[in-house]
Formats: sequence, C-alpha cells, structure tokens
Amino acid sequence: MSGHQTDRPLLQVSNLCVEFRTRDGIARVLDEVSLELQPGQTLGIVGESGCGKSMTALSIMRLIPSPPGQITAGEVRLAGEDLLRFDEQRMRDIRGKDISMIFQEPMTSLNPVFTVGDQIAESLRLHEGLSDKEAAARAVKMLKAVGIPEPQARAREYPHQLSGGMRQRVMIAIALACGPKVIIADEPTTALDVTVQAQIFDLLRDLKERTSTAIILITHDMGAIAEMTDRVTVMYAGRVVEEGPVEAILDAPKHPYTQGLIACVPQLDPNPTAERPPLEEIPGVVPALTRLGKGCAFAPRCKYAFERCDQEAPRRVSVDADHRAACWLLEEGTSA
Amino acid sequence: MFRRNYAAMFGLFLLVLLVLVTLIGPLVYSVDPFEIVWAPLTPPGEEATAPLGTDYLGRDILAGLIHGGVATLAVGLAAALITVVIGLTVGALAGFYLGIVDDILMRVTEFFQVLPALMFAMVLVTLFSSSLVVVAIAIGLVSWPPTARLARAEFLRIRNLEYVSAARSVGAKNTRIIWQVILPNALPPLIVSATLTIGTAILFEAGLSFLGLSDPNTYSWGYMIGSGRDNILDAWWAVTLPGGMIFVTVLAVSLIGDGLNDAFNPKLRER
Amino acid sequence: MSDTSSTRDLLLRIEDLKVHFGGKSWMPGKVSKVVHAVDGVSFEVERGKTFGIVGESGSGKTTTALATVRLAPVTEGRVFLDDLEVSALKGEALRLARKRFQIIFQDPFSSLNPRIRAGQTVREPLDLMEVGAESEREGLVQELFAQVGLRPEQRALFPHQFSGGQRQRIGLARAIATRPELVVCDEPVSALDVAIQAQILNLMRRLQDELGLTYLFISHDLGVVQYICDEIAVMYLGQIVEQADRVSLFVRPQHPYTKALLSAVPSARPGKRAANQAQRIRLEGDPPSPINLPKGCRFAGRCPLAEARCHETPPELKVIETGHKVACHLV
Repeated sequence: MSGHQTDRPLLQVSNLCVEFRTRDGIARVLDEVSLELQPGQTLGIVGESGCGKSMTALSIMRLIPSPPGQITAGEVRLAGEDLLRFDEQRMRDIRGKDISMIFQEPMTSLNPVFTVGDQIAESLRLHEGLSDKEAAARAVKMLKAVGIPEPQARAREYPHQLSGGMRQRVMIAIALACGPKVIIADEPTTALDVTVQAQIFDLLRDLKERTSTAIILITHDMGAIAEMTDRVTVMYAGRVVEEGPVEAILDAPKHPYTQGLIACVPQLDPNPTAERPPLEEIPGVVPALTRLGKGCAFAPRCKYAFERCDQEAPRRVSVDADHRAACWLLEEGTSA
Repeated sequence: MFRRNYAAMFGLFLLVLLVLVTLIGPLVYSVDPFEIVWAPLTPPGEEATAPLGTDYLGRDILAGLIHGGVATLAVGLAAALITVVIGLTVGALAGFYLGIVDDILMRVTEFFQVLPALMFAMVLVTLFSSSLVVVAIAIGLVSWPPTARLARAEFLRIRNLEYVSAARSVGAKNTRIIWQVILPNALPPLIVSATLTIGTAILFEAGLSFLGLSDPNTYSWGYMIGSGRDNILDAWWAVTLPGGMIFVTVLAVSLIGDGLNDAFNPKLRER
Repeated sequence: MSDTSSTRDLLLRIEDLKVHFGGKSWMPGKVSKVVHAVDGVSFEVERGKTFGIVGESGSGKTTTALATVRLAPVTEGRVFLDDLEVSALKGEALRLARKRFQIIFQDPFSSLNPRIRAGQTVREPLDLMEVGAESEREGLVQELFAQVGLRPEQRALFPHQFSGGQRQRIGLARAIATRPELVVCDEPVSALDVAIQAQILNLMRRLQDELGLTYLFISHDLGVVQYICDEIAVMYLGQIVEQADRVSLFVRPQHPYTKALLSAVPSARPGKRAANQAQRIRLEGDPPSPINLPKGCRFAGRCPLAEARCHETPPELKVIETGHKVACHLV
C-alpha cells in the first residue's frame, strides 16, 4: 500500500485534539492524533482501553457527547473536505452514507423491536431516498451479500432470533447498505467466538476487495491486527505513539509500549515447548488523563525510561520510510 | 455524606418541624379541632379567633392542621412500614428461592394486587373497627404488592451477579446472602418506593376519611380535605391548607429517602 | 512437566457430570425445554497442576466449572475432591467443605460486592470459615493483600476505587484466603485489558508455586490456555471432544473441531500470518442449540469431514495414546 503515498488520502485526520471536562479537571482524551487512510486500505488502531481508540472513531463521526467533550483543534478531512466545519445537518448525511460504524455488541446496537430487514432498509430510505419496496428488496440483497443464508426469511426476523455471529453480519449489512467510503469497526469481533470471528474477518476482507471500502479496525488484539490490517496506529493515553505498516509494527516495533503490548499476550504457538518463561508484563495501569505530566505519558510504566522522558513529551520521528514512533530512545540513538 | 446533601438536610428539617408542630403544637394551641369556634367558611386572616379561617361547620382550620398531624403521620408511617415489611419479605423470598416458593408467593401477590384496594380496605375497616390501628393495617395490606414485585425484580437481578456466588463460595448461608449481601444492594429503589408509599398511605387515609371510614374520633388532614371538598369553590383554604401539609410531608420524606439512598451508596461517598 | 511417575496424585475427579436446566416444574402442565448444558463430562486433575477447559460459548465449560464447586446444580454424575464426594454434600457439610475449593470469576466488576470494602471482602471467608483466631485475621488479610500485590492501606477502599486488574487481585486474595487446594478459575483474565492479563497470569502462576494450588482453568482464549495449563480438554456442546497434555494437543490435534479452533486463532507471530490464513479450516454457521441436540456426533453439522455414521451414532471418547483422548469416528 506504500505506493499510494503520493495520492490524496481518502481520510486524513491531522492533529486532532479532544478535551473532556471532568470533575478532576480537563482530560485531554485525544492529543494531536493524526492518521491517514487510503482507499481500499485497512488501518488498525490498537491500544488498551482508555487509550483513545474509540474516541478517535467517535470524533471522526462527530459523535462525541458534548458537553462534556469538545474537539479543540485539528482537522478530519474526508476526500479533502474538513468534516469538523460541517453543520449537523450535513454531518447526518455523512454518517451512515459516507462513513459508517460497526460496534462491538451487536445485540445492543440493533433495535430489538424492529425486524433486521427494516433496520437495513431504514438507512436506505434515509440516505438514498428509496421507496419502502425498493429498500426492502435491497435489504434482502444486503443480507445475502454478508453471507446470511435464506435472506428472504431472515429479513423478517427480529435481532433476538439470530445468533451473535448473524447479528454482527446484520450490523455489517447496515453499515454497508449505502456503499460507504469508510467503515469504522470498533472491536467488531470481541464479543464473538473465534470460529465466528474468523468468518466475520473473511467477510470483511472479501467485502473490502469487492467494494474497495476503506476500513478502520479498532481492536486490542494483535492477532486481529495481524490478520486484517495493512497499517497500524498504536495509541496510548490519547496519543499516537507509533504508526507504520503492519509487518514493521509486529516484527520490529520501536516503541516500548508496542513491544510490551505484543510481548505480554500469550500467543498461540503451534509447537509449544515444555518450558514456559513468565510473560512479559507492562507494569501499572493507564494513567488518568487529567493527571498527565509534561513528559512522555508512558514513562511511568516504561522499563527504559530515563530523565528526559519525564520532562519532555517526545515527538513522532521517522524510524523508516512510512514508520514513525514517538520515543526519546529513538532520538538518543540507543534503540530499544 | 448525608449531612452534606442539602436537599436531604432540608427534608429532614421539614420533617422535624412537622413532627414538632404536631407533637408540641397542641400544647401551645389547645383549641379543640372539633369545636365550632366562629362563623362557617370564614377566610383566613379575617378573624383573630380562627387565624387560618374556618370550615363549613365553623371549625378552626389552624387547630385542625395542628391536631390532625399526629394521626396522619402515624397512619402514614405505620402503613408504609407494614408495606415494606410484607413487600420486602415476600419479594426477597420469591426472588431468591424461585421455583415453587416464587410461584406460590407471586400468586398470593397477584391476588392482593387485583383486589380493588379501596374496597378491600373499606371491608376490613367495616368488619373490624375504624380505629387508627385497623386503618393503618388495612392500608398496609392493600399497598404491599408493588413493593414485593420491585423487591423480587431486584433480587432476581442481583442473585445472578457473581459476588453472590462468591459469597456462597466462601461459606455464606442463605440467610446471610439474602439479608446481608443482596438486600443492601437492592435497597436503593426500595427506599425510594418506601418513601413514596408514605405519601400514598397518607392520601389513602385521606380517602378513607372522606368516605367517613377512618376513625371518627380523630382529626386528620385527610379528614379535613374530605370534609372540605364539597365547598372547595367557596372555601379553598379548608382543602388547600391540609393538602399543603400533606404535600410538605411527602416532599420531606422523599428528600430524606433520596439522601439516604446516596448516603448508602459507596460510589458517591467522598473519601 | 510431563513426569512419568506411575501413580498420579489426583486431587479432582469428575465422573460423568451432567448439568441440565429446565424441564419439569412442580406445577402440572408447565414443562419448559431441557437445556443440556453439560452432558456427561469426566476428567481428572493432578494435584498442583493446571487443567484447562476450552470451548466457545455454549460449550458448557463455565457450567462445568460452577458445578464442580457446587454453584450450579449437579443433575447427574459425581465430583470428588480427594476422597470427598463433593457432589453428595449438603447443607452445613457442603458449606464447610467449601474451604477446600474456591473460585475466581470472570467479571472483576460484578464479582465484588460494591458495598463492602476490599479488606472486608477478603476477610469474609476467614470469618465464615473460622480460619485462625479472630485477633489474627486482620494480620492474615494484610498478608493476603501483600501476596497478591496490593498495598495494605488499600483494604479500606471500596471496589469501584480499584482498576479491573486490582479487582481481580482482590478476587484472588479472597479465593486463596482459606488456603484451598483447588481453585476454579472461570475466564479470570478475559475481561481484563491485554497488558493487565499478563500481570494476573504471572501472579496466578507464582501463587500456584508458592501455595501448591491446583487450578481448573476455564477459557476461550487458546493462547492463554496454552500458556497456563498442563492438561487441556476441548469442549463442544456440553461434552469433551478432545483431551491431552498441552504439548500433544497443540502439536498433534486430532479432532476436527480442535483443529478448526486452533486454526481460527489469528496469530501475530512473525512469519505466521499469511500461512495461518491460507491453512485455516473454515467452519460454517454457529453451534446448534443445547436444547435440540443432534442424535449423532454433536459437531457433525459443522464438521467438514462428517460422514453418514457421524450423523447417526455419537462417538465415544477414546484413548489414542497415553494421556490423549479423542471423541471422533474418523480418528
């Protein structure tokens, strides 16, 4: 995908800052977040909970609850146009049509009192102005496209009558209904079993190839990142700490947080040995965003931290073409 | 925490004031509320003998407000207490044990729920006597089913949480699980509903009084409203003033209930 | 890990465990459908070892765990802890026996009573089981807090003042308070953040070494199971389909379901990614419901290799080599 570098990106988020007013003061939940998405590309955003992954998605959709949240700086450009300048009316047209979202819990994101067919048709009537009949027919087609057997019959069923995997397929059908340019999938398989997760991943990959939709996949699972993405953005405490092509991030991570995130998960080994060394740990927890110091947010949990890390926040520097990380170790030349 | 909750403190202040007025008031203002003191339907502020006016028989409204409080508050509290005790016990046992216990208790609850409450209370009062005790019991008996349903729903929800299993796993007996593990967590909605029950009970007593079924020898706010209703257009004060007292009482109790609820909740407890 | 001592010191023995929910009611005419949550499960766990059960939702792994510690009803079958028939205990005898087996739950948010301080939560088992003299218990609680990596002054805090990982530590402290022999762990890390999972897994292994604990470890995460378990059973729709020591199971999986499950796990290992996707065994559909079970092999409906006999007769769990059992007609 590096060949696309010179093209204008489909979605470009630059220096996005979001603040939340809380009882303990102002929390900067996103701090100069930047990312780029090319057509047909899958970008992974990875990090622990509270790192700003979902907040990034909501900011792109302009769905931050306000108050207490507020976008204080930055740009979100979709095909060149800054979404942050649009009024609410225009934004409603964008949501579900140009950018759509898939959530983690398909049970709670589907409305239990409407049939799944109606819920897909709803978005078509709203955005494409189709008649009831046309929309219903398209809904059945969409169900078929996401691999639901007997789509005719299924369209007339209610969410509780479907299994978790089927419900997530319905969610994907709703997201895809209007042919969006970007799909944001927020932990789409976390609530599903692995065999069903594999089916959903196959489906997403297949749809991406057929429709050249770009996908932002938000996850905490490095396995899913490896499976699905072309590029990866690693977030910590509302900041982008590392970004690059998936191979570089997984095989040669530069930021100690990325390294820890990969090492602390027991990966399934097809040839396990009898020896089992203790897992690598990232000590401590994600800091409260109201109490971040002026230094690197990860410094208190970082085993390589030195004086400078507590005093100044590192900037993102290039470690390779297309691969950047924000860590003082990289600038000091003492690579971790 | 409770003391820092101004609304709750205000409620407590109101309630203390009401209790003082109803307990000490009669000693200071010893006019008999049943006695006819002046011309009927005198508006407030016109006559020093009856500063808040008189009702359709010429009885002193102020005396009624002061003397009628004891009966009203006592019946309200007693009926609410009976409601909570029966409702909580039935709901807790049904929601905890489920199965046959639940089926039987819930059928009983439904039986009480479909009875027309006022009729049933009237029958009880007519059968026994119209003393305040019987009135309180009658109100309690017809009001507990909603509390039981609420308690059962809370118990059903909480009994499946893992900390209940954890308590059993570390050796807690059923009685401990019901009363010391589940109940404290089920209390918040129950406290709110209990405070509302006090209000309903007071109004219920007013209804019975209106029908002439409450204790004829005690003067209560409900009795005042009942007797003044026919002349509501000519003498608003005979109805509005006791109504205002009931309103203030219910408000005070609700504020206290909310405050207690917050005080019990460790999440809201500042360190 | 694979010691060859002839007599295995078995702590937990489960024989033909069945847990069925629903069915007949005391009221005539009110019959609900029977859910066969666990349907004939047998296994043994060696003292000081970790036995893992993996499976997807609806496989009955959690119900098996709960029934083992008598938190779910045992419909049929027997559970032994040493020579004690746990499944036959009742009332006070059962309550007192709970001292010997404890459980850690999945959700660190619902597993602690929100109205009770952390110290009291850990002290409760000591009080209820009368462990030590009353005057010593506060000291024991302090010791337990230190053991799971919490500071003693945190005893005075309420659950909501802790992070998920810390809450799970409190749950661990509560579970080991009575010095149990068996600790059942029901998905103890799946609700935790990835970076916190490692902390808890390492802590669990350290406690096992220090206290000689035996774990029955339930998880859907094969990476975690591979890391922490000595022996593993794979469950599907209430039954064990394959069981082996950790090396055999992952190196030589035999049951088609085990193979599919292993191949479905996305891998972040360098060089594994493309191969992983290409060799994946893809399963169609979802597991059938445990209410209307198929009469043959329960996996047959999704099995890529199923033959006619698979739909007719259920396969037995057979030993195919020492310590490796499989329930499949084709093996």
